[in-house]
Amino acid sequence: MAPSSKQGNNHWVKLRKQVFRLTTFRGILSIIIFTVIWEICSWCEVPIIGNVPPPSAVLVALGKQLVSLAYWASWWNSFLRITIGFLIAQVLGIPLGLLMGVHRPTRELIYPVFEIMRPIPPLAWVPVAVIFWPTSELSIMFVTFLGAFFTVVLNIVGGATSIDTRYIRAAHSLGSSRGDIFWKIMLPATLPSIVVGMTVGMGITWAVVVAAEMISSLSGLGFLTWRAYVAGEYPLIVVGMMSIGIAGYVSSAMIRFIGGRMTPWLRTY
Amino acid sequence: MSTDKTNEPEARGCISIRNVSKVYDPDGAKVLAVDNCSMDIKAGEFCVVVGPSGCGKTTLLNAIAGFHEITSGEILLDGQQLCAPGKKTLPGSDRIVVFQNGALFPWFTVLENVSFGPVVQGGLSDKDIRDKAREMLVQMGLANIENSYPSEISSGMRRRVEIARAMMNDPSVLLLDEPFRAMDALTKTVVHQFLLDVYDRSKKTIFFITHDLEEAIFLGSKVYIMTTRPAKIKTILDVDIPRPRDFRVLSSSTYIRLKKECLEAVHEEAIKAFTAGEREMA
Amino acid sequence: MTSAAPATVNTEQAPSSFEMSCFCFKQWLKSSGPYLNLLGIIGFIFFWYLFTERLKLPWFNKLPGPVEVYKEWVSDDPAYGISLYTPEYYHHILISIWRVLQAFFLATVLGVPVGLFMGWKKTFKDYTFPLLETLRPIPMLAWVPLSILMWPGREASIIFLTFLGSFFATVLNTLLGVESIDEVYFRAANSLGAKPKHVFFKIILPGSLPFIFTGLQISMGFAWFSLVAGEMLAGEYGLGYLIWNSFIMVQYPVIVIAMVTLGVIGWLSSAIIRVVGDRLMQWKVREAA
Repeated sequence: MAPSSKQGNNHWVKLRKQVFRLTTFRGILSIIIFTVIWEICSWCEVPIIGNVPPPSAVLVALGKQLVSLAYWASWWNSFLRITIGFLIAQVLGIPLGLLMGVHRPTRELIYPVFEIMRPIPPLAWVPVAVIFWPTSELSIMFVTFLGAFFTVVLNIVGGATSIDTRYIRAAHSLGSSRGDIFWKIMLPATLPSIVVGMTVGMGITWAVVVAAEMISSLSGLGFLTWRAYVAGEYPLIVVGMMSIGIAGYVSSAMIRFIGGRMTPWLRTY
Repeated sequence: MSTDKTNEPEARGCISIRNVSKVYDPDGAKVLAVDNCSMDIKAGEFCVVVGPSGCGKTTLLNAIAGFHEITSGEILLDGQQLCAPGKKTLPGSDRIVVFQNGALFPWFTVLENVSFGPVVQGGLSDKDIRDKAREMLVQMGLANIENSYPSEISSGMRRRVEIARAMMNDPSVLLLDEPFRAMDALTKTVVHQFLLDVYDRSKKTIFFITHDLEEAIFLGSKVYIMTTRPAKIKTILDVDIPRPRDFRVLSSSTYIRLKKECLEAVHEEAIKAFTAGEREMA
Repeated sequence: MTSAAPATVNTEQAPSSFEMSCFCFKQWLKSSGPYLNLLGIIGFIFFWYLFTERLKLPWFNKLPGPVEVYKEWVSDDPAYGISLYTPEYYHHILISIWRVLQAFFLATVLGVPVGLFMGWKKTFKDYTFPLLETLRPIPMLAWVPLSILMWPGREASIIFLTFLGSFFATVLNTLLGVESIDEVYFRAANSLGAKPKHVFFKIILPGSLPFIFTGLQISMGFAWFSLVAGEMLAGEYGLGYLIWNSFIMVQYPVIVIAMVTLGVIGWLSSAIIRVVGDRLMQWKVREAA
């Protein structure tokens, strides 16, 4: 293809084209139309959709929240819970998943328990966690951990067991030791599944944290939203939802970025 | 659709490619894929285009098929303008393509695949179509696999089914885009024979693309050798080996002489393509 | 794979699928797999029993043990009113299933066509995809208050929540399915003279079926997930409500009963989708065989 000196230039042209594309324009247009219809529905008191607070009211509420310290404290609390629960899930889940992936008897021993646990929605664990752990903070972190843990482990096992045997044979014939096979073949070949597990796990983690905060906490974005409902400050509900959405999006984007760094050979653009 | 012209088979399938150029402009960097290329393909001719990988042969075929526009020049089919700059050409059942990696629909059985053309073009009853498709399969020696899915049959069989699917529409031209690329040598000999039989029987115009010289000389009546991108015609060879041909042709002196001529013409281009560091562009 | 002779597919001589599965089953019994599987599950239950009911470790002693749960579950006079022999148990189950069915049906009927259409017409996708992407990162739970606010009555808001959860998954997977179809099939279809309606029904629909069914399985999972959320916060019946209510009323064994029931039903529902999918996609099944 084009020589490398030209590639940077090409990339720039591509980017500029992407920003000024018709697609972007249409996307923005559709969101604007959506917002306007929402506002109108709200004023005309259309059933169902009209019950949602209008964007103008939401904007006012958002303005108030942006300057309030309590609002940012909710962000901080939710992020703290997410980070701790998610990190513990990775620290425990990745080694366990890899062990199950490479060691068949371990897999056969533990996998069925995971299979049984998987269809139980993570939310159903909330009461159990609250009963078990002495503080609600710990129980929220536990449920967060659980949500990400299952996904990560199951993804890694799936990835590790589906490695193309040709790679392992090639490594053997090039004279690798068992250690080499694990560190240089199995681990890198499983990395994409680890990244997928982390991305999916992050999504579940946010859903679970919000639930747990609504049910048994006095802080965090989930609590903010639920309190707004209980207190009848309806525009604040939408502010809370938007904040959770943005927070979830940002964390997923972060995971994707880190994941992209971990698996440079999959990079495509 | 030009199915109404079936009563004069000699007149069908004559392609004129006149000064065709094609410039790709994906991200601002202009790439000239085909440069001022002209060919005249007579009705009923087996025309083979040979060139190094990524030289723009497929671009030319796609233009004839109507998958994309050309930048300058024009392409005529039986005197009617098919492609010209700014003219939106639509694919049609008068020019059927057999694709590089095969495009049998994996979700249909062999019979359903072969019937696809007549079914979507309408006009025939379901029963007629089925009968016609069965007849075609029998004619092609594929009768006992009609209820198999493409994934259940061998790659050689798949290509034959695909050719049968194309022939069901009685096209003016058959466009084959490196159809036997990923096949082993043994399978290739069988499908080559199959294609030659189909050709001898139907005398359709065939526009065949390949990078395999031996295949080109063995199958074609006329071999066009292309240069490295941008594609231009370097040499035209007339293959004066009588038909019907079979594997014995491969050891005949004419064949060996032609192959030598061909190799000399192509080798230079291959080196050029190689040093240019062209990635295999499929 | 590649055979030179005009090979015939001799289905008569191949072993039947029943014989094949018998054979596979026997081989499986000879390996260590099933015994380790069993050992794992028994070990799990054993440790659960050991920690909660035998050793009564701190923290664990508050959790219901397996024996307690089992006794409650099969008792015909349960202490907390829920067991295999009480009609309430089945009432909760049926209510939950009925809600999921309604929501899942709606999500499929709306989601699959929307997804197919988005994949088919780029303009439509340009307008709808950004909206979808803006709403999607909001977890289902965050919708709970809003949906209670929007809909009259709890029933409608729970079904709406459940619907929302599965709708996004269905649309996105269907879209992914359409986009996964190789361009060459569209070209082949056009070349054979297919009109738009044929492209839609004969290429886009069957070509994206594998993804649609993966999407339906995922969306079934999301449906149960959101259902539990909705029922816990706003329900009057259903398994999610049962969990929450038992938690409030300190009837802990019932929580476990409801959780296990949820797991079993959730697993069954995705198994049903898999079976239906296999029936509809013979070409995939035979490919795997």
